[in-house]
Parts: sequence; structure tokens; C-alpha cells
Amino acid sequence: MRAKAKPEAEAVTAEMTGAEVLIHSLKKENVEVLFGYPGGAVLPIYDALYRSPIKHILSKHEQGSIHAAEGYARVSGKPGVVIATSGPGATNLVTGITDAMMDSLPLVIFTGQVASTVIGTDAFQEADIMGITAPITKHNYQVRDVQDLPRIIKEAFHIATTGRPGPVLVDIPKDVANKTISPDYDSTIHLPGYQPTFSPNILQIKKLADAVGQAKKPVILAGAGILHANAGKELLTFTEKHKIPVVNTLLGLGSYPGQHPLFLGMGGMHGTYTANMALYECDLLISIGARFDDRLTGNLAHFAKNAVVAHIDVDPAEIGKNVPTQIPIVSDAREALRKLVDVDSETPDTEDWRNQLTENSKNYPLWKKTNTDEFLPQQVVELVHEYTKGDAIITTDVGQHQMWAAQYYAFTDANRWVTSGGLGTMGFGFPAAVGAQLAFPDQTVVALTGDGGFQMTLQELSTLQELNLPVKVVIMNNHTLGMVRQWQEAFYEERYSHSLLPVQPDFVKLGEAYGIKSYKVETQEEARVVFEEAFSHRDPVLIDCRVSGKENVYPMIAPGKGLHQMIGVKP
Amino acid sequence: MKRIVTATVINQSGVLNRITGLMTKRQFNIESITVGHTETEGVSKMTFVVNVDGDGKIEQLIKQLNKQIDVLKVSDITDQAIVVRELALIKVISNAQIRSEISGIIEPFRASIIDVSRESITVQVTGDSEKIEAIIDLLRPYGIKEMVRTGITAFPRGSQKSVTDIKQYSILN
Ligand SMILES: Cc1ncc(C[n+]2csc(CCOP(=O)(O)OP(=O)(O)O)c2C)c(N)n1
Ligand SMILES: [Mg+2]
Repeated sequence: MRAKAKPEAEAVTAEMTGAEVLIHSLKKENVEVLFGYPGGAVLPIYDALYRSPIKHILSKHEQGSIHAAEGYARVSGKPGVVIATSGPGATNLVTGITDAMMDSLPLVIFTGQVASTVIGTDAFQEADIMGITAPITKHNYQVRDVQDLPRIIKEAFHIATTGRPGPVLVDIPKDVANKTISPDYDSTIHLPGYQPTFSPNILQIKKLADAVGQAKKPVILAGAGILHANAGKELLTFTEKHKIPVVNTLLGLGSYPGQHPLFLGMGGMHGTYTANMALYECDLLISIGARFDDRLTGNLAHFAKNAVVAHIDVDPAEIGKNVPTQIPIVSDAREALRKLVDVDSETPDTEDWRNQLTENSKNYPLWKKTNTDEFLPQQVVELVHEYTKGDAIITTDVGQHQMWAAQYYAFTDANRWVTSGGLGTMGFGFPAAVGAQLAFPDQTVVALTGDGGFQMTLQELSTLQELNLPVKVVIMNNHTLGMVRQWQEAFYEERYSHSLLPVQPDFVKLGEAYGIKSYKVETQEEARVVFEEAFSHRDPVLIDCRVSGKENVYPMIAPGKGLHQMIGVKP
Repeated sequence: MKRIVTATVINQSGVLNRITGLMTKRQFNIESITVGHTETEGVSKMTFVVNVDGDGKIEQLIKQLNKQIDVLKVSDITDQAIVVRELALIKVISNAQIRSEISGIIEPFRASIIDVSRESITVQVTGDSEKIEAIIDLLRPYGIKEMVRTGITAFPRGSQKSVTDIKQYSILN
């Protein structure tokens, strides 16, 4: 098989091709797995890969590669590394790059490019990927001189993983990959324009500590920044010290224990009544690693309007962007929380406030239909929770099922929740599960997807089959583009324009075609039997859960409304 | 309101694209941009004139520019003591008779005639934008055949003594 394979180039001073330099640099960055797809412009790179021990996962579409890399990065905290060929290979990555940019996921993406001599001539499979990805990357490079490659790769990993993480793309013309040099791996990073702030200004910390001491109705909004900074423990310490309730953003779920008495649930469009009213009524709002997305704030005119707003974020551009901020703190979340815990400060008396919130939680809990024989989508999430003991890595696609997963899984640990928040990318969930499973081969990974979104990237079933990855694919099949249908019901007088999916493939046969054990379940009882079996072994499984197609996600804040104007808070 | 913003950037290919792209994406209205080398090799300076409404918006612009990896420094120099210059080339219809009349008009502006043909002359003028507007107004009655303006370039004066109220967009205010 590996006939004629050259012994791996170990001696750093030896002559190497650009492609070999790339592979060698990836090893130096401790890259364990690459997500990619070959093609003409990356043939030299794939040839170098042939002789390398780095694991390469061949997806079935470049979008599958990049979402897998995102899933890998999200749960492991390590950068996801992607390779694609020039032109169509590179443009197939665009959705994933944008998704990673919006959700601050560290990715390093290598694209092939046509030879430097023909760039700009509309050569075969040429695309201006530098121009295309300028607005959707944290930074991008085109390697003009192969001698720059070791430095550029170092910089790319550094930029992707520090400060506010994000995707960095490195475009490598084919002739650059082929060129032989004596590489200089000692060249150092030189980024005078990139010095992310890590530690907070202590005066600002004191100001915030004072504000905490004086607050009567404080609340913390904890976003994904807590997860990126690995600050969950510090958040817990700080909130318990001062008895401050916590709301999570969609992406922040898992950064605070879901069962904790100070936890109010997720805020925003489909958040809990208690969380949203807390954000609405608070007198001190401390946002940490969250960016006040419109799906979280609702109409800004009503958002935390009586509150002093403190915002801790590693990206200064997020502070004051959407919500006027009285106490800005540019910092890594963990650093700021450590300082906040250390600094002398009074503990506010929040007892009345917490009682009020507990009362809200009692009166307005999440609800779903009772007294019905229908198999409800919410029950699927509850069953998954039960059979995974609340301990699985859950990836979702986008739509109603995503919101039910967020509402009902009750995440207790960090980095076990993988969802597309900022971009809301259908087709994300299943390939993301592939990447998450590769990061943690021994853990249970469940891809909760919709019948619509699953069909956008289902070709990755082939990847499951090939690697025998034990991902459990749970399709919450409501025979509709549920979230679209819900909006058409609510705002377009039930004109279900192109949102019903009465005709579907036979998902069981489809799974079986890929050699994957597949089941259809139509009731809770059937689901119990199948889940019991499916979660007892380490093989991939596909479960087509036929759930009621008429459920809506509640509570809800209609577009343009404030957090206090939720509908569907009661049955 | 009109603001003058300068950005010192590393002279990488693509940096101009990134910067103009972000301005478009975030809906900033650019009135003019100039770019050129500085005293440091590999470092260029851009001067933008942007139209923004409100301090929040200009603060966002500055922060977004600062976020770019190749951007070294961004300043809103509008309220500082600055030297501002723009160059304009104005081709005015004129025959031999009125050529001297035009010379008289442009003289106080320290503008010069840099090209002459049978039916036109080309005037070169440098100065701040008001000065250039003023000379254009005076030349317009003669018929302007063609005109180009570079947009302004600017930097702070050597001494800032006269300035009392420099806007700071530090997040540590
Ligand atoms: C790529 C993409 N296209 C379109 C949309 C718009 N959209 C949001 S949710 C949704 C319906 C998703 O249907 P399904 O996957 O079945 O999930 P459900 O809402 O039924 O749970 C659509 C079409 C999107 N988010 N992403
Ligand atoms: Mg559906």
C-alpha cells in the first residue's frame, strides 16, 4: 500500500517541499487530525500527507469537513484544521468559515490555489478565496514565498487560538507547495498589530465590585466566552460568593450547572420566562463573554433599561456595540473573574430578588402538552437526556429541535453542547457530531437533527460507516421545516409556503444503505426500547423519531418585541 | 458628522480590501480614502473621511479597524490640531484672452497652471478641503471640463498646545 513511501523527513535542515514543510509545521502545532478533501491544487499536500502519521478524515463534501472541524474545536478547545482544494473546494467551505467566525471557533484552514504564475487569469479552478473570505475570517494569508510558510503557519495558529478565537485561512498556490527549500522553523511570529488584551484593568474591576455591592437585582449573562476561557469554575465561585443569579446565552449553555439554584436558564427568543424577566428587571447586568445578539436581547429599547451594564469581553469591539455600557472590561473571562473574586467587595443582599425569581420559575416553568398520546419532540430530548444520563455531547442542527434541545437537555458541564448560534446554519449538526466524536472517541455523542437540516449534509453517514464512529443520529422528524412553519403559523396566517415535507426518503433504508443500524420510532414506548439498545453499544445508530408536526417552540419573543413581552409562557 | 480617521497599516496585499470591505459591511459612509507609504518601510498610512452619526458609530469604526491584524494604529484626529492637505487638478475652458484673468484668480490660492492647450488650462491646487471648494467655485463660471481630487491626507501638528478637547475612545473612560 505504502509502496515507495519516502521515509518521513525528520531532519529539519533537510531540503523539503512546501507541502512537506506544511505537514511538518502541523506536527509542530500538535495537530492530531485534519478534516479535508483532495483536489488538483492540493495534490502536493496530499502526497506529503501520504507519508505522514497525522490522521486525515475524508469527508464527503467540504462543508462536512469544516463543520466537523468546528465540532472538534468546540468540544476540545483545540483548533480544527481543514484542507480543501482551490476553487470549488474552497468555496464549499464558505458557510462553515462564516459559521466559525460568528461563533468564535478556532479553525486553521488551508486551501490550495492555482500556481502563482496563473493567478489572476481565471485559470482552471481559480477562485479569489482571499477576497471571498476577507470578511469571514479573523485573518487570511496567501503564501507567495515558500520561505514564509513556517512563520505564516505559526501565526495562523496563534491568531486562531488567542484573543477572541476565530477562523484563519492560509491559501497555498500549487507551485509554492511544490517548491523545495531548506525551511527555517525558527522564524518567529511577528504581529505588531495583534496584541489581544488578556488581563483586566484593576480599576474597572473595582468599579464593578462596587456596583455588585450596591446592587439589589444583579444578574449575570454568561456566554460562550466563559467556555473559551475555561472560566466555569471561577464563574461558579463568583456567583456563589455573592449570590448572583445566572442566565446563559444559547452558546453559553454548559458554562454554568443547569441544575444550580442560581441558574435561571437560557435567555432570549426561546429562553425561559424567568431568565428574560431577570434581564428585563435587573439593576445590574454583568455580561461575560456574550455579545448581545438580537436573538438574545429582543427589542433593545426594552433591554435591561434600568440596569447598570457591565461587559467583560476579550474583544473590545463587542463592548458598547449594541448596548450602552457603563463598566467596560476588556479581558479574558477567567482572568476577570479571578480578580473579581479576589478584590475586596461587599456582598449584596439579593434575597428578595432571588425569591422573586424562584417564584417566577415556579409559576412559569417550561411547559409542553400533557394529556396527549402524541409523541412530542420535547420528549425526544428528555429521553435522550435520560438514556445518556445527561452526560452526552449533544450537537444540533438549526430549527425547532435545536431550541428544544437547548431548553430540555439541562447541560451541567462545559463543552458538551455544540450548536450553530450566530449564523444558524442548517446542515451543521451532523458533521459537527463527527468532529466531536473524533475529539472524544470514548464519549457518547448525539446528533440531534431535524428532518430538513439532516438532508443538507447527510452524506457524512458514509464517514460514520467508514470510521465506525459511534455517533447516535437522532432525527426529530416532524415532516416539516418546523421553525419556518411555526413562523408562518404565527405571522403569515398559516400559509405554509414550502415548509411542509410530506414526501421524505425512508431514513431507515437510507441509514442501512450506509451500513448503519437504523430504526424508526413512533411512540415514546418504542423510543425507550430503541434508545435502550442504541445507547448500550459503540456502533453508529440512526433513529428516525416520528414526532408530532404541529408543536411550536414556546415561550417566544416575537420579532420587534421586548424581553418582557413573551408569548406562550403558559399552556 | 464628518470625521477624519487615520490608520497605520502593514503594507500587506489585501489590507486595503479588508478595510474597505469592513466599512461596507458595517455601513460606514466613506467620503474619501488616501493611502501611501510612510517614513517606515513596509508601513502605510490611510486617511479616511467618513460620515457617521453619533459617537457610538465612530467608536465602533475605530474598534473594528483596530481589530484587523494588519492595522497597527487608528486615530480619530478630527478634533486635534492637524495639517490637512488635498490636491486637485482642474481643467478649465479658456482661450488666450481669459488665461491671464484666471491666473489672477488663482494666484491668492498659490495654485499653479501646469498644462496649457488652445482651449483649456489645467490648474493644480493643494490645501484643505474648504480652500479647494473655494477655488472650484471661482473657476466654475469659466466652465470646468474635467476635475480630479485626491481626497485628504492628514496628520497631527508637531505641537498640540492649542487643543483642549481631544476625543478619546478609550474603553477605559
Ligand atoms: C442553510 C439554511 N437554510 C435555511 C435556513 C432557514 N431555516 C431555519 S430553521 C429551518 C427549518 C429547519 O427544519 P428542520 O431541519 O426539519 O428542523 P425543525 O425546525 O423542523 O426542527 C429553516 C429552513 C437556515 N437556518 N439555514
Ligand atoms: Mg423538521
